[in-house]
Amino acid sequence: MKHTISVLVENKFGVLARVAGLFSARGYNIASLAVSETLEPSISYMTIVVEAKDEAILEQIKKQLNKLIDVISVTDFTKKEHVDRELILVKVDYSPKYKAKLEKLFKKYVGKIIQKKGCTAIIEAVGDQKQIRGLLESLSEFGIKELVKTGRVALGH
Amino acid sequence: MIGAQILIESLKREGVEVIFGYPGGQVLPILDKLYDADLKFVLVRHEQGAAHAADGYARATGKPGVCLATSGPGATNLVTGIATAYMDSVPMVAITGQVKSFLIGNDAFQEADVTGITRPITKHNYLVKDAKDLARTVREAFYIASSGRPGPVLIDIPSDIQMQETEFIWPETVEIRSYKPTLFGHPGQIKKACKLISQAKKPILYVGGGVITSGAHLVLRELAEKIQAPVTWTLMGIGAFPATHKLSLGMLGMHGTAYANHAIMEADLIIAVGARFDDRVTGRIDSFAPNAKVLHIDIDPSSISKNIRVDVPVVGDAKNILGEILEELKKLPDISEWLKTVEDWKKKHPLRYKDEGIIKPQFVIEQLYEATKGEAIITTEVGQNQMWAAQYYKYDYPRTFISSGGLGTMGFGLPAAIGAKVAHPEKTVIDIAGDGSIQMNIQELATCVCNKINVKVVILNNGYLGMVRQWQELFYKKRYSQVCITAPDFVKLAESYGAFGIHVTKKEDVRAAIDKALEIDNTVLIDCRIEPEENVFPMVPAGEAINKMISGLA
Ligand SMILES: Cc1ncc(C[n+]2csc(CCOP(=O)(O)OP(=O)(O)O)c2C)c(N)n1
Ligand SMILES: [Mg+2]
Repeated sequence: MKHTISVLVENKFGVLARVAGLFSARGYNIASLAVSETLEPSISYMTIVVEAKDEAILEQIKKQLNKLIDVISVTDFTKKEHVDRELILVKVDYSPKYKAKLEKLFKKYVGKIIQKKGCTAIIEAVGDQKQIRGLLESLSEFGIKELVKTGRVALGH
Repeated sequence: MIGAQILIESLKREGVEVIFGYPGGQVLPILDKLYDADLKFVLVRHEQGAAHAADGYARATGKPGVCLATSGPGATNLVTGIATAYMDSVPMVAITGQVKSFLIGNDAFQEADVTGITRPITKHNYLVKDAKDLARTVREAFYIASSGRPGPVLIDIPSDIQMQETEFIWPETVEIRSYKPTLFGHPGQIKKACKLISQAKKPILYVGGGVITSGAHLVLRELAEKIQAPVTWTLMGIGAFPATHKLSLGMLGMHGTAYANHAIMEADLIIAVGARFDDRVTGRIDSFAPNAKVLHIDIDPSSISKNIRVDVPVVGDAKNILGEILEELKKLPDISEWLKTVEDWKKKHPLRYKDEGIIKPQFVIEQLYEATKGEAIITTEVGQNQMWAAQYYKYDYPRTFISSGGLGTMGFGLPAAIGAKVAHPEKTVIDIAGDGSIQMNIQELATCVCNKINVKVVILNNGYLGMVRQWQELFYKKRYSQVCITAPDFVKLAESYGAFGIHVTKKEDVRAAIDKALEIDNTVLIDCRIEPEENVFPMVPAGEAINKMISGLA
């Protein structure tokens, strides 16, 4: 099962390597990872989506993260109210006749065309995992030529 | 001050008395400042020796050991020693020179990404990019190395930073917002722990290196005597409880005593203190101690419920927590029946060996015990020699058995003995060695002789990489592949280093050789020819339940 956790770390050289190294050394799987500075520039915020077979492994992952000297805190969103978002850029075949159809889609999902060139368009969309999946399914009929996705970011209360 | 001087000043403020190390181009400024500093420097013959010596010093004293090496090959030579310390939670500060900061990443001469290489084998590490950070870095490094669950910390210092001029400001306090080890037990957990203990009928104390690290041996003894629970220990826990005590069960696990293994399998409560349920201890995990509740006291939360499910965890320093439990514990369990059972096992399955034919290694260890009256510091190499040293010498005090447990590093014993002897010059320090292992860091005999660090080395010479041979005998149809190892004439070798060598081939000469070695005011090596195919028993085959021991005796 996939779990979303956030980790506050010292914004220092090598910290990402420590976190990544911990996962590879212990054989844990990172499904996605997003890192950014916080309002407090000495701290970075990582959102990590991890795969863990069971509760015990998830516990170990959290404990091992906490053990890193540069980790300030770890939050597990598994049983915690939170929102999460991913952002995608999708290049699809485009012709003006699709316009209406796409607009209808964008009513359902948060997305828009951000660039058109020749007979392709690049669409930007934001949503949680389910919304992104739904949008991608609908877009497949336009012929997805290329796709890029950010790691998940999450915030809780 | 320049960086190099700041480093030395900071080390002194941390109470460092000795550095084990080896020179090179990227530590020249440090070496130059050491020339005038009143800090003892032990020049080893290989950087691995420096790391193990610092480790041995730390294990013998509880204070962080310090080693120093140059960049590139010097630093990579430390790696095995650092990993050894990491696995056994030994406080150590390793200092490495690095190429000039503006050359980093250029594949400069003798450049290696040492913080990268050592990241997974250090508790923390630093690359210092400004001499202004140096004093604080040293302060933090010692704090991190020696607090919580201790471990090695590496400081990589580019040579231009060693030369950089800046003001020396010693931070009086150290505060790391992201690092706050838990020291005291949670009161609610202490209550639960006491309840478990009160209700137990067949409790056992299972103790590890954490008891020694925390200095909890006396409280441990108090608790054991109060509840009258038998005590067993891991390899790292040797010395945490007096081996000659009537409640002692000796070591458990793969080469543990039969009675310790039976006792833990039959127990209804395991009180684990500073031990981590390593696979060498539990054997087959799903059949380990099926009827036991587990109370686990450990300073490292990640040790809890890692390998086995724990009923009551108490995170914190063992000494504090055992003290808290002693205070809180009102109702004592009634366990007289249990003690009787345990006593029976002890009588029925003692540690034993057939003392016939040529010299038996167990006999040598027993003689060492008698000759030193159990007062020596014993270090070991790895393999059969290590297990016999663990089984047949009786350790009554903490920090008297120094051995590479977690990593099992051959070549550890001699340099570790150097560290222990430097820490305790008044004590007898003996490396119980194998003929294979001793050849991995034999060059350190030179360090001993040059610095008059008079350690004694007793080689249990079986002509084999014995432990591997034992596995091949038992599990690979005696197909001895690559385990017959030749050795130089150890006596001549010792002599050529300026040490004293004694050759022993007969049982009746063993004791005299030991007595002589202890008497001689020099480093002494005893080459003791033992039964080549003697095995370490009892033995639990890997992956078996730990009460499924083979004894090897009819
Ligand atoms: C550095 C290292 N290499 C390999 C091993 C694997 N190993 C474990 S015990 C052993 C044999 C040790 O032989 P010796 O020192 O003669 O000790 P004995 O078992 O014969 O007492 C070996 C090769 C190890 N533990 N460490
Ligand atoms: Mg041998």
